Amino acid sequence: MGRTIAEKILAAHTSVENFSEGDIIKVDIDLALANDITAPVAIHAFRSKGFNTVNDPGKIVFVLDHFTPNKDIESAQQCKLVREFAKEHGIKGLFEGGEAGIEHALLPEKGLVVPGDLVIGADSHTCTYGALGAFSTGIGSTDFAAALVTSQAWLRVPESMKFTFKGELQKWVGGKDLILYLIGDIGVDGALYRVLEIDGPAIASLDMSNRLTMTNMAIEAGAKAGIIAADGVTEFYASQRSNRSYTVYRSDPDAHYVAVKEYDCSNIEPQIAFPHLPENTRGISEVGEILLDQVFIGSCTNGRIEDLRLAAHIMRNQKVSKGLRCIIIPATPGVYMEALKEGLLEIFMEAGAVIGPPTCGPCLGGHMGILADGEKALSTTNRNFVGRMGHPGSEVYLANPAVAAASAITGKISSPEEVFS
Amino acid sequence: MKFRGKAFTFGDDIDTDAIIPARYLNTWEASELAKHCMEDADPTFVSRMSPGDIIVGGKNFGCGSSREHAPIAIKASGISCVIASSFARIFYRNSFNMGLTIFELDEALEKIEDGDIVEVDASTGEIRNITRGNTYLSRPIPQFMQKLVSDGGLLEHIKKRGSI
Repeated sequence: MGRTIAEKILAAHTSVENFSEGDIIKVDIDLALANDITAPVAIHAFRSKGFNTVNDPGKIVFVLDHFTPNKDIESAQQCKLVREFAKEHGIKGLFEGGEAGIEHALLPEKGLVVPGDLVIGADSHTCTYGALGAFSTGIGSTDFAAALVTSQAWLRVPESMKFTFKGELQKWVGGKDLILYLIGDIGVDGALYRVLEIDGPAIASLDMSNRLTMTNMAIEAGAKAGIIAADGVTEFYASQRSNRSYTVYRSDPDAHYVAVKEYDCSNIEPQIAFPHLPENTRGISEVGEILLDQVFIGSCTNGRIEDLRLAAHIMRNQKVSKGLRCIIIPATPGVYMEALKEGLLEIFMEAGAVIGPPTCGPCLGGHMGILADGEKALSTTNRNFVGRMGHPGSEVYLANPAVAAASAITGKISSPEEVFS
Repeated sequence: MKFRGKAFTFGDDIDTDAIIPARYLNTWEASELAKHCMEDADPTFVSRMSPGDIIVGGKNFGCGSSREHAPIAIKASGISCVIASSFARIFYRNSFNMGLTIFELDEALEKIEDGDIVEVDASTGEIRNITRGNTYLSRPIPQFMQKLVSDGGLLEHIKKRGSI
């Protein structure tokens, strides 16, 4: 029996020789990540259990991105705790202030993850790095504390599902729409405990940014990881950013999948996920009139330079609808700088948008764009649970950056075609 | 170990934002988190529950964020265990790692209704609905996870055995 990419990466990181789906194995990790919310819990557990040595400080990365710039005293204390812990243990991989961006946009951009890596992160969207042909998965703070001590993790060997995207992408459709369509099809637990392996000619034509958007949301179908096999696009991206050697894995033709599905992209229009689950998807033509109070463009899902270019293309010489707040947050300092140089920020400000510093901020209802009771927001983020972006009585609709930009101009959920016609 | 308490039922896909909203994640203090347990699913929950009570959910309980604050809040609130048809995977591993007792029971919401008195034998996985007089068996827990439970969580497990 052949093996999937996921199984091959696990095999390269474990001493267990013959494992099967469902087995629990111990793996050596290449990198472990935590942020200003999850690291404090891990540090507290590490210390209270009497541990005092970090096994391999070079494998640890802290990104202070969720409630930063510090939104209140408590958040400032949490960041201080992480900063002091990093210093105490010689952990150089600490990103904060002008070096901090949203972790899952920052790590690929900095070349900290390469094809074939095994990464764990105390943040559910750690699955993002699967777009680089890596096995990366979200874990908890205790897992992270264990990684501090051992540079290892326990993992259940997951079954894989394969999703092949064929056909030509429609206008205004990107990775966000393909993954929302997939989640709408299989549901928020459709890939529970499993790996989503994504391939096909339509994926081969996507740039790295759109691929990262897709694997970012694998968790929204319950998946342990989302993986896209590395190809020329991936290798170019990785080699531009990292000097580390990497390994490209591909699934064997006779690898086992618990499910295989195929989608024809020519049937997929821009997708909107209605409140309060990412699986509540509809094509843009079936949305009807939904008036908005806020539009947010940013996050680890859609805050990269390609996303901002798309939004600027639509917002150029346009004005944000009166009474609507449009908030745009470049995901990393690198994205921010590039947007500045390309004149995108000027386009956004001319249109009347608010531009924030790199942070997860409003995506999880942290700060910089919290919703009031009864308000409706369209967001390029990944979750629309009850209260996700603020008051439990608010509503979040998920969409791609082009739809978000168009909707900011019209004041209601709109296709970009409405702005251009 | 046996647990006995009143069942508080919740639906399918209860996410970790509902269990502990992000607005309370500026602390890691368990007692603080416990005050807001399940707040966005049921704001009255904390005032109505008593120590030992049991949370019962449908499928995909604990989906969404990896925040371990969710099982921490539940455990610190005094809830003795969580029974659900299925758990989201990060919530599942977090619970075993940090010591919240959880059980998978097929069609949990059809077998247990809100307010039922439930008794759980953690050693056998037997779940008795005292109110309705039925007994069910939860899905078996993998051997490794049993070891985590008996060692007192992942970090105690590492201390005891020297590695994972």
